[in-house]
Amino acid sequence: MSKSYYEPSDLGKFGDIKDFQPELAEKFFGYYNSVFQEGALSEREKSLIALAVAHAVQCPYCIDAYTSTSLEKGSDEEEMMEAIHVAAAIKGGAALVHGVQMMNKAKDMSM
Amino acid sequence: MKSLKALNNPLSTGQKQLDLLHKGTSETYKPPLFVDTIEPTGHFPMKAKGVEVLQINMGKMCNQVCKHCHVDAGPDRQEIMTRATLELCLNVLKNESITTVDLTGGAPEMNPEFRWFVTEASALGKHIIVRCNLTILLANKKYNDLPQFFKQHKVEVVSSLPHFSARRTDAQRGEGVFEKSIKALQMLNAVGYGSGDLLLNLVYNPSGAFLPPAQASLERDFKKKLKDQYGIEFGQLFAITNMPISRYLDYLVASGQYEDYMTQLVDAYNPMAVEHVMCRTTLSVGWDGQLYDCDFNQMLEINCSGTKNKHIADFDLEALENRNILLDQHCYGCTAGAGSSCGGEVV
Repeated sequence: MSKSYYEPSDLGKFGDIKDFQPELAEKFFGYYNSVFQEGALSEREKSLIALAVAHAVQCPYCIDAYTSTSLEKGSDEEEMMEAIHVAAAIKGGAALVHGVQMMNKAKDMSM
Repeated sequence: MKSLKALNNPLSTGQKQLDLLHKGTSETYKPPLFVDTIEPTGHFPMKAKGVEVLQINMGKMCNQVCKHCHVDAGPDRQEIMTRATLELCLNVLKNESITTVDLTGGAPEMNPEFRWFVTEASALGKHIIVRCNLTILLANKKYNDLPQFFKQHKVEVVSSLPHFSARRTDAQRGEGVFEKSIKALQMLNAVGYGSGDLLLNLVYNPSGAFLPPAQASLERDFKKKLKDQYGIEFGQLFAITNMPISRYLDYLVASGQYEDYMTQLVDAYNPMAVEHVMCRTTLSVGWDGQLYDCDFNQMLEINCSGTKNKHIADFDLEALENRNILLDQHCYGCTAGAGSSCGGEVV
């Protein structure tokens, strides 16, 4: 057992998940690869979305992968940081908008 | 920043670069030999298909010192092609099968014979490409009128702009290069380059240890960004892979990314690209008149095969058209992904 929950080299072993369940892994990776192909959105735009989501879900593997992919697809540092701010705004906003729920409850409980 | 040669860096010699490409940086990593990789395609030995493009290195002197430069060019390089050698090139250009002359350097415009040579090659009816680094147009008053000169001879201008952001461009090409490059592109646009018959094409190459993305998609982004922010128009974007040689090789080794990068190149090997690599129709001439299969072989000091095919003075079209191309590990750079050439993707 590794001494750390996160090993950088594990990113390269992502495909190994098929060893325990090949059928579902094959479906997942087929879908995954299709999602990131050029479509209505460019590969570059998709990689920026992935980078933002990677930060929202705080996945170190995904941050590693999509920092590389974003640069490879031609994005620059400014675009990448703006994408992360979008994630931060949604994460922050998601917390704050629940403040309305708190306010509603507080008002219900109060005279 | 100085050239590897000025710094006495071992990687300033072709042999040391080849040694590294074969031995690697550790005992555990040995990429397959390129010649073994292409053998199943039926392209080994690889034969030339003709000589359509004469690519001439007019000298290694340059006003910039780019971190990835495969020529190791810079202000401290004194090698420059003489008029006598250029006259030999002109003589060779009289062959009708050679349709294009591709001028590179260093900054080819810094060769004092540059305008004379372009004028003479133009009179022969050749399509002329100049690999212009853009900032040269602003480096000295004597270069300010180059856009008009290029226009006069319908020269195709191919210019490096590794990114539409100043940060990424300057990181590769030097502080302030982006701003000057934008001004130079606006000067070229002002005389009509970028639309119609006056070809202005840009070159993207990654500013890091990774491969270029799909050319068409990146071209759309470049066109939009440069038009929206700076009003610049250009024709095509050529996405070029960085070759693991010279200054870029030094960067890969120094940053500990050599093995990762070679792995990327080898994993991205595309047998479809082998058919279309530029060396099959291009002949590269060094500043001293020596002949090579491509600009990269020139920097690795690998002359053309064949006893007669070593110098422009001994130019023998038939022998060169049928020569075997000399390959080595750096050739993975031209066959990765969609392939790479001086004109960008090949498949």
